[in-house]
Formats: sequence, C-alpha cells, structure tokens
Amino acid sequence: MAKKKDQEITFAPKGIGDEKDGAVQKGVDLPAPTKKKHKALGLSEEDLKAMYEQMYLQRRFEERAMQQYQKGKFGGFLHLYIGQEAVSTGTVFALNDDDDIITAYRDHGWGLCRGISANEGMAELFGKKTGCSKGKGGSMHFAKTENHFWGGYGIVGGHIPIGGGLAFANKYNDNGRISTCFFGDGAVDQGALHETFNMSQLWKLPVIYVVENNGYSMGTAAKRHTVAEIVDRAKGYGMKSAVVNGMDVFSVYEKMNEIAEDVRKNSEPWFVEIRTYRYRGHSMSDPQKYRTKEELEEYQKIDPIERLKTYLKDNKILSDDEIQEINDKIEQEVLDAVEFADNSDFPDESELYDDMFVEDDPYFHI
Amino acid sequence: MAELQFREAIRDAIDEEMARDEKVFIMGEEVAEYNGAYKVTEGLLDKYGFKRVIDTPISELGFAGIGVGAAMNGLRPIVEFMTFNFAVLAADQIINHASKAGYMTGGQITCPMVFRGPNASAGQLGATHSVAFDSTYAHFPGLKVIYVSEPDDAKGLMKAAIRDDNPVLFMESEQMYGMKGEVSDEEDYIIPIGKGKIKREGSDVTIVAHGKMYHVAKQAAAQLEKDGVECEIIDPRTVKPLDLPLIIDSIKKTNRCVVVDEAHPFAGFAAEIGFLIQREAFDYLDAPVQRVTLPDVNAPFAKNLFDAWLPDAKNVIDAVNQVTYRN
Repeated sequence: MAKKKDQEITFAPKGIGDEKDGAVQKGVDLPAPTKKKHKALGLSEEDLKAMYEQMYLQRRFEERAMQQYQKGKFGGFLHLYIGQEAVSTGTVFALNDDDDIITAYRDHGWGLCRGISANEGMAELFGKKTGCSKGKGGSMHFAKTENHFWGGYGIVGGHIPIGGGLAFANKYNDNGRISTCFFGDGAVDQGALHETFNMSQLWKLPVIYVVENNGYSMGTAAKRHTVAEIVDRAKGYGMKSAVVNGMDVFSVYEKMNEIAEDVRKNSEPWFVEIRTYRYRGHSMSDPQKYRTKEELEEYQKIDPIERLKTYLKDNKILSDDEIQEINDKIEQEVLDAVEFADNSDFPDESELYDDMFVEDDPYFHI
Repeated sequence: MAELQFREAIRDAIDEEMARDEKVFIMGEEVAEYNGAYKVTEGLLDKYGFKRVIDTPISELGFAGIGVGAAMNGLRPIVEFMTFNFAVLAADQIINHASKAGYMTGGQITCPMVFRGPNASAGQLGATHSVAFDSTYAHFPGLKVIYVSEPDDAKGLMKAAIRDDNPVLFMESEQMYGMKGEVSDEEDYIIPIGKGKIKREGSDVTIVAHGKMYHVAKQAAAQLEKDGVECEIIDPRTVKPLDLPLIIDSIKKTNRCVVVDEAHPFAGFAAEIGFLIQREAFDYLDAPVQRVTLPDVNAPFAKNLFDAWLPDAKNVIDAVNQVTYRN
C-alpha cells in the first residue's frame, strides 16, 4: 500500500511564532508569589536591606562585567545571571552558612552571594591571580569552598552527581549539613540527573536539587527540548517536589527555608523547579533570535530587584534617597572591583604547574 | 612473606585502610551483598556494614560522580567499576570533574579517591569487554594511573592510592585475580606511586612491560635466556606519574628497548615511551625502540582470532630479535 504523504516529516516542535495569535509567548509560567510579608517570613528589615544590596550587587557586577568583556578586557564565555538574582539571594538567606551549594556555569551571582567579593570575582573574570580561583577558573568556575560554595561547573548536568556526593558525605559524617545543587533546565535531559535522582531517593540523601528553569536551554525553548512538566521528573523517583516563583525573592526564601528544614529533619531529597527568566542571552555570543522582544519585556515588568525595591518603599523600610545611597555605594564597589581587577597581576607563568601533581614531573613540562 | 591471590592482596589493602581511616568507604555494583563480582570485596560488608560497603545501581556516571562529590567534601571513596569498559559511561566524572576540580578552583578542592576495577581483555569476551584504558586516562592531567602486575605491587600501591590526595585510577586484570604471589607482610606496607621496579636484571635488552603484559614479557625472557639473551624487565607499575629515570638508566646499560603494552598502538603508552626514550637517551640506542601492542583492531571473539589479537611471548621474542639484530 502506498504511503500517504500529506505531512512534512519533522522531529522537533517548531520554534517561535507557532502559537502566537497575538499573545506574547512565554518561556515559563510563573506560579503566584507568596502573599506573606517579611515579618511573617521571619525576615527583619535588616535582612531585607541585605537582600536588596545582594541582588543589586549581582546585577551591577554583571552589567559592568559585560561592559569590560565588550571592551576586550577578558575573553572566554560570559554567561550572565541577570534576571535570576532572586533565586540565589532567596536561597542563600534561607540556608545555613555551612550548607553546601554547587551550581553550573552561570555562577557569578552564586559566588557573590556566598562571600566572593566583587574584587575577587571581577579579578577572576579578568584571569588575574587575585581572583577567587587564582585566575585558573574564569567565569564558569568561581568557587569559595571555605564558605561551602563548591563552584560553577561547565558540563551541563555533570555536577548533579557531585551535588549528590556532597550530600552523601554530609550524611556519612552525620553533620546536619544539607546540600543544594542548582542547574538550568537544559540539564534535566541529561542521564546524570536521572541516575543521581534514583540513588538520592534510594539512599535518602539530604539534598535539594533545583532546576532554575529560565525557559531556555541555550537557545532551545523548554517545550522544544523536554517533555511534560519538568517538576514531574520527581514523580518517577517518589521524590518530594515544588514549583516556586523565582522572580520573587520572598517566594524563594519561604519555600527554600521550608524545604531545607524538611531535608534537615528527614534526610530526604527534594526536586524544586524555580521558574525564572534570564534577560541576557545564553552567553555573550548569543543573538537571541529564539525569543521575542515582547516576551523579554513581559518578564522585565516583574523584575525581582524592582519588586523588592517597591516593597521596601511601600512598607517605609527605605526611602528613595536611602535606596539611591545603597545603589551608589554598590556602583562604587563594582567600579573599584573593575579597577582592582585591571590593576592586578596575571598569574606568574611558574604557577601554570601549581595545584597539580605534575609540578614534580619535569618530563611533561613544556 | 605470605602467598596471596591478587584479589586477596587488594582486599587486604582496602581492609587495612578502612580499618585505619573511617573516611574510607567502597561503593560499586555488587560490592556488598554479592561480595564483589570478582570477590575482591568479599567479607568487607560483614566487617564494615552497609554504611561503608555500598551496593549501587548500574549507574556508573551517577555513582562515580557521587564519589567525586563525596571526595571533595572530605571522604575517601573507593569506587569499583565492574570493568573499566563500563567506566566509559563515567568518563565525564573522571576526566571532566575529578581531574580538574582542584586545578580550576586554584587548589581549593581536592579529590582524594580511587577508581578501581578490571582493565583490558579477559578470555574471549568480545569487543565491548576487552579494552585497556590505562594510557587513555593517563593522557589527562590530574589523574594518576596504576596498572599492577603482581599481588605485592597491588597491596602496596592500593594502600598508597587510597592515601593519595589526587584521583587515582587503579587497574587490575580480570584474568589475574586468582594469580598468586608473595606479598610483603611488613606492617603498613606502602609502595610509593611513581616508582617502577626492575623485576629481572639483564644486560642485552630492556623490556618495559606492565599489568598483564609483564607476565608475557617474563615468559619471553625465560625463553630468550635459553638462547643466551639476557632481558632486563622494567615494570613501571604506575603509568602516571612515570618512573622514566629507571627506564632511561636501564637503556643506558642495555642500549635496546622493547615496550610491551596491552593497549592499541596509536597514541598509546608504548608510543609515549618510545618518544621519551629517543628524546632522553638517543645516543645510547643501538636500535630503534620496538613496541608490541594489540593491533588497531577491536577484540574478536573467535578463539583463534582472539589469540592472534592479544600480544604473546612469541611477539615479544620477535621484537627482541629485531632490536638485537638476531634475525
């Protein structure tokens, strides 16, 4: 029997423009933010100010980093976190200082949140010896292990088992610490996630796996790269799960706080989908043709920093002038960091062989 | 000296280190209740319990990575692969993560762990169960690679591997687990990683051979002795870091070299040794360095083809005859 040939064969859903009908397409649908006010969440006014400072620092740090990159001050990839600051900030405020955090290559915000100074961060971007990883890691490999920030990792999904391993060690040592492992929505299609989820549930590891679903796996919209709802990955493993509004720092704080407490108490893993949005491209080389300007604008209307700023003003916690003062202080801090990075030395060439056993093996030096 | 099987020597080393340091644990497929696919871990579960002897699902990438994270966070995991052929699924964790985390964080992270299991071919297992990976992993900075040939080395080097602060790949041979040998009964017996051994003294030719190929070389040397050729056999024991001075000194004495390697020829261990010798000892060579390796062909199943594929004593004798111009 002859085959009917009434349809073109394709293997992937179409990109932008297929469901528009005049409406703005959205990469991710956000759940409603929490209605609780800061006191009900256990946050003081000082906490709120610190949250605002932290988010604003991440934003300005990256905006200046982008400028310096465009000026050719450093090379490599530069994946900006802009738009997602509520996720790192809400989480870090919800965790204990000795809980572990590991993330992927979009890691500047996480590093700053976990005690990498603007100076150390900018210097790392510039590849200087004063950087947090002595200039050997660069943008994708920030780390500060003394503050339990285990770093940024450059292989999509590759650090998910390592996040499980951090939790394994905490359980083994019975030290009450929990681990959190952050990754983008692109990582949910990797086998590493599934293998690790299985063992985490089987072994009851004290760990929270968090997908920062910003709607795009590089340039491929979530609906084009993965089936069903991402959070439902947890179901197959009987794992506890939640969906969180990642454009609202209170929502992230509230949920991560509750979950961290549950993990600490029960030593059972969670899978959390924090829905958020990145304003910039996947990296600086991304022309962003896979999304519309209108979509971006929709999310910018609910900017996490602006949202907190409005809350601070509406609740008379900070005045416009006080906010401006904070902004100016942080702007200066970031400008100083650029100067610091610029003026710092590159690592000495002899340091090429440091931090690896080959330093004792002259036959394999160049 | 006690006479021990390979598997017993490795087990003793693990057992002693687990007793000494409670941060040491072992995980892998069938290591606990089944007592180890090759019985290396037999009895360890009874002794150390389910916390420290851990059965994993068949998820090499996942459990190797959990080992990496655990090592970063202060433990000393021993990750058993049922064979290094399966560890290819975990190569991302070994090559992209374990080997690099320390360097790319400016030394903030250490990853003290051992990946171990059978390496290379056994009898007629077909193409997917027969690959030698020691030189593959040695290619990547940050990994130490050991492929032992005798139970004594296995004991001393396994203990050193567990104590090392770098990720170490410790390779064994499935065909050698039952092989017996004298093992030092010295208390806390450690062989430093990176030190080779002259296992047979000779004046006419240096044979460099490690792992299973050491035994092939030994067999060839016994036959060549009858023809009046005295072979010196050097077992580097660790592929990386490599004890090159030991090899070079031997070549300065014998002026000839054959490298016997269980891997494929292209860009392998034998190629590397050949290059290093010509660079470091060119003026001492009386003949080009010869190598005996597998052909650039996947492992066949048929007995006759398999035998033809794997290097044997005759191949080594032929190579020695070439470098000594005895043909």
